[in-house]
Amino acid sequence: MLLIPCPYCGERPELEFRYGGQAHIARPENPAALSEEDWAGFLYMRDNEKGVHAERWRHVHGCARFFNVVRDTTTDRILGSYKAGETRPETLR
Amino acid sequence: MSDAFRTASGGRIDRARRLAFTFDGRALTGFAGDTLASALIANGVHLVGRSFKYHRPRGIMSAGSDEPNALVTVIRDRARQAPNLRATQVEIYEGLTAISQNRWPSLDFDIGGINDRVSPLLPAGFYYKTFMWPRGFWEKVYEPRIRAAAGLGRVPEGPDPDRYLQRNAHCEVLVIGSGPAGLAAALAAAESGGRVILCDEQNEMGGSLIADHTSSIAGKPAAVWVAETLAQLTAMPRVTLLPRTTAFGYYPHNHLGLVERVTDHLATPDPGQPRERLWQVRAKEVVLASGAIERPLTFPDNDRPGIMLADAAHAYVTRYGAIPGGRAVLATANDSGYRAALALHEAGVEIAAVADLRQAPSGDWLDAARRAGLLVETGATVTGTTGRMRLASVSLARVDGEGGVGGTREIGCDLLLMAGGWTPSVHLFSQSLGKLRFDETLQAYVPGAAPQRIRVAGAAAGIYDLGSALDSGFSAGAAAAGGDGKRNFVVVAAAADTGSVLGSLPHDRDPTKVRAFVDFQNDSTAKDLKLAVREGFRSVEHVKRYTTTGMATDQGKTSNMPMLGILSEAQGKTIPEVGFTTFRPPYTPTTFGNFAGTARGEQFDPVRRTPTHAWAVSQGAVFEDVGLWKRARYFPQRGEDMHAAVLRECRAVRAGVGIFDGSTLGKIEVVGPDAAEFMNRMYVNPWTKLGTGRCRYGIMLREDGFVMDDGVVGRLAPDRFHVTTTTGGAAAVLNMMEDYLQTEWPDLRVWLTSATEQWAVIAVQGPAARAVLEPLVEGIDLSAVALPHMALAEGTICGVPTRLFRVSFTGELGFEINVPSDYGQAVWEAVYAAGIPHGITPYGTESMHVLRAEKGFIIVGQETDGTVTPDDAGLTWAVGKAKPDFVGKRSLSRSGMMDANRKQLVGLMSADNVTVLEEGVQIVADPNQPVPMSVLGHVTSSYLSPSLGHPIALALLAGGRARHGETLHVPMPGGRSIAVQVVPPVFYDPEGTRLNG
Ligand SMILES: [Zn+2]
Repeated sequence: MLLIPCPYCGERPELEFRYGGQAHIARPENPAALSEEDWAGFLYMRDNEKGVHAERWRHVHGCARFFNVVRDTTTDRILGSYKAGETRPETLR
Repeated sequence: MSDAFRTASGGRIDRARRLAFTFDGRALTGFAGDTLASALIANGVHLVGRSFKYHRPRGIMSAGSDEPNALVTVIRDRARQAPNLRATQVEIYEGLTAISQNRWPSLDFDIGGINDRVSPLLPAGFYYKTFMWPRGFWEKVYEPRIRAAAGLGRVPEGPDPDRYLQRNAHCEVLVIGSGPAGLAAALAAAESGGRVILCDEQNEMGGSLIADHTSSIAGKPAAVWVAETLAQLTAMPRVTLLPRTTAFGYYPHNHLGLVERVTDHLATPDPGQPRERLWQVRAKEVVLASGAIERPLTFPDNDRPGIMLADAAHAYVTRYGAIPGGRAVLATANDSGYRAALALHEAGVEIAAVADLRQAPSGDWLDAARRAGLLVETGATVTGTTGRMRLASVSLARVDGEGGVGGTREIGCDLLLMAGGWTPSVHLFSQSLGKLRFDETLQAYVPGAAPQRIRVAGAAAGIYDLGSALDSGFSAGAAAAGGDGKRNFVVVAAAADTGSVLGSLPHDRDPTKVRAFVDFQNDSTAKDLKLAVREGFRSVEHVKRYTTTGMATDQGKTSNMPMLGILSEAQGKTIPEVGFTTFRPPYTPTTFGNFAGTARGEQFDPVRRTPTHAWAVSQGAVFEDVGLWKRARYFPQRGEDMHAAVLRECRAVRAGVGIFDGSTLGKIEVVGPDAAEFMNRMYVNPWTKLGTGRCRYGIMLREDGFVMDDGVVGRLAPDRFHVTTTTGGAAAVLNMMEDYLQTEWPDLRVWLTSATEQWAVIAVQGPAARAVLEPLVEGIDLSAVALPHMALAEGTICGVPTRLFRVSFTGELGFEINVPSDYGQAVWEAVYAAGIPHGITPYGTESMHVLRAEKGFIIVGQETDGTVTPDDAGLTWAVGKAKPDFVGKRSLSRSGMMDANRKQLVGLMSADNVTVLEEGVQIVADPNQPVPMSVLGHVTSSYLSPSLGHPIALALLAGGRARHGETLHVPMPGGRSIAVQVVPPVFYDPEGTRLNG
């Protein structure tokens, strides 16, 4: 079970969280302007990173906030976390 | 009662406490401190089981959790029957009842033994090759028969009556294994003052030191040092000692699973104690001191009862005072074999011969053996054995420098000790995702790079020498606690040796006729592995699965390394080139009860009950589970089945008035200056122009354009919406709303609050609904003009504040009374009492489903399955086409979403007007076409309509709206088919006059 650092509450066990998929997939400002292919890319195409990966988690049984976590998918090591809307810190690349 | 196979004195058993037990019905005795295995050996019992595939007679091979052969079932009563326990780990108690497994009718005479004679017919992959045809026979015929014949124990006959508890623990340092390295690590870590947990799978702590009669530490005999060290640790308040506790799983972020066996060793367990306790430990640092496992040797017929690991024989004699044979032969590749032979020799066992596999061994142990008069033959090997139920003789031969074998001679004996060198127990390190490194000197895998906070010490790290193991443990413990302490333990002990063999021993027998077992539990042999290589299997993972080597309940503890050695020879590759199979939890089989803990029966899941639950119970309602909710499904009157009850309930709603508990509906209050804008973006509908006091049927899509949820939404104020969701969708809808609000539109001033549990919802539906409610309501005009369909008003009912919705999921004039939950049952009872003169009838979810289907109202999850668009469901009218954007809008204009041949919601009527279709059946144009048929769609809901008197169904049908009037067919099992007519999905009151009444 992962120990996830919520930026608001600190480290908590994975049971308190819900996974939210890859981070930094922003919804297009004007979806109507997107080609069918680009829209499909937004909907369905995700990285399948073997290594360091930025992903969203929600502290659903805690503060209920969404935030971002950088995790190495090969070792489950968590490099750090930051709030939703913030850019990924240089130190977490 | 004979103690013929006991030493005169010594060992860790309590000779004053004699315990009676039975094995396969035979009354035997042992002493407190015995395992079942040691007690059996002390009674001269060596045949303890039959092998899985060939039913070969098998004996006790090891003295610990690596035991592949001696699997037994321990029986306390009908419900308490634990199968597949290793006799080497079962502690005996007064009255213990154990039986052997995998034999019928008895251990001595086993019908399945025929498999052994026909073994040429049972090669590697036999099951895969033989039981392939005909299809379906595997599940129905072959597998059950194979399992019945094999019988790895039996499932108990009742539910598990024992209790299992779970406990979370945190510590600075968790030390796994209490041998020399583990004890030293715990000492060092404890000195830092942090929380230390030391666990060991055995009943007694000390590991290899328990049976060590020759070494001394710090000037004291090893056993004394262990006792003093344990006393010291016990006295420290922040140190927790957990004997009988197996660390079975190593998970991310130093989360470990430990199982403590609390009462299995007791004759009369305290009912206040759990049988086992699961410790979920989050450790800052872990020191793994899990020791090493001795390797068996791979030679022809190496599996007879009486063939034992040398270290195990040593433990039986020195720890348990149990003498495993009268005349023994040692086959060894490591000095440690001599230690065992000498201990047996001292106990009076005749050592008939020592075959040292090495050409020119030397050292203290060899000298000691020669001094004791043991006959040591170097450059020797074992080429075979005889004896059916017990070993009778072994064949030894000389091996020359080129591997040639000759000069075979047979030696009578009843015990053969195997000492093939050591395999570090790196299982948990591997589970922690640590990388293993092959050490050429040790001929073993040892821990390499560690991605988690783990240190490995002692034999688990390939450090076999006692002094070095202690030192390495101390350094690891100190470092784990954040220090840099070191200690040089003053040790008097024989030097450890790294000799080992991998692969099969050379022999002069016909290789096609002999079997040298590698995995004793799964009966896979060196020949099987070589056959797999000849058949083209290359990857070690594939060979493992094909031959099942290492896949038994012992997870290959004794077989993995010999397998790699044989593959290395057969493939002409080095061991690292052969590769390694992955270790996975659990380290040893773990009782399911631990994982269930107290979450069983009533406590398996939380139960959600509505505010009127007690009333429904008093009315004899039959309930159904909807998610965690208990919902009244129907209210049978005397003698009614569900069908009759539903018929009556539905007719009552259509003719008079019904009352229904809708409290499980999800409710979310959406509040804030930007609430309408937020609703515009989240739902397909337009909300800006929805007036206060008005409702709208809302549809929410996922971004991919498919219907996610629906529900009536009422506007309480310009900045306040009362949103309802489906019962099952409430949490997911709130999660999705929060997701968009927090991450996409954090600028919107909107707040979301779940109110599902705060409101009781009482639906009153039917032509008489208004008449029932009017006398109870204050401050709300219920007239059709003041409160038309899809309107809402706030006021009081029976003096209780209410949000009163004029909505209908039945097609009748209807109201949904929302009152605070605590008033739910009181208001319900008042409404019910007021309705009695009107014949008010409580109805359940089943009637609700029928009534809404008559009206063609969809249920999300029944008419939709995650691939249905609003247009597919006939709900295009609800979509706000003028809105620039909403979640899922862009997807609705993808080409595939506009295909005219998409499955669309239609109604179906059975052509015979009698047959009620089964939900889920497929629809085809031509029922006589060959199978597999071309399917046009499927039935989503189907009922006998009480209002219409004939069956109705809803279906999703390709191009359905253009097919109204067509006759299609529903094929049924047995070649029959049912003709159906496609009709619009609204069967009852399509104009909506009743609903607007
Ligand atoms: Zn939080």
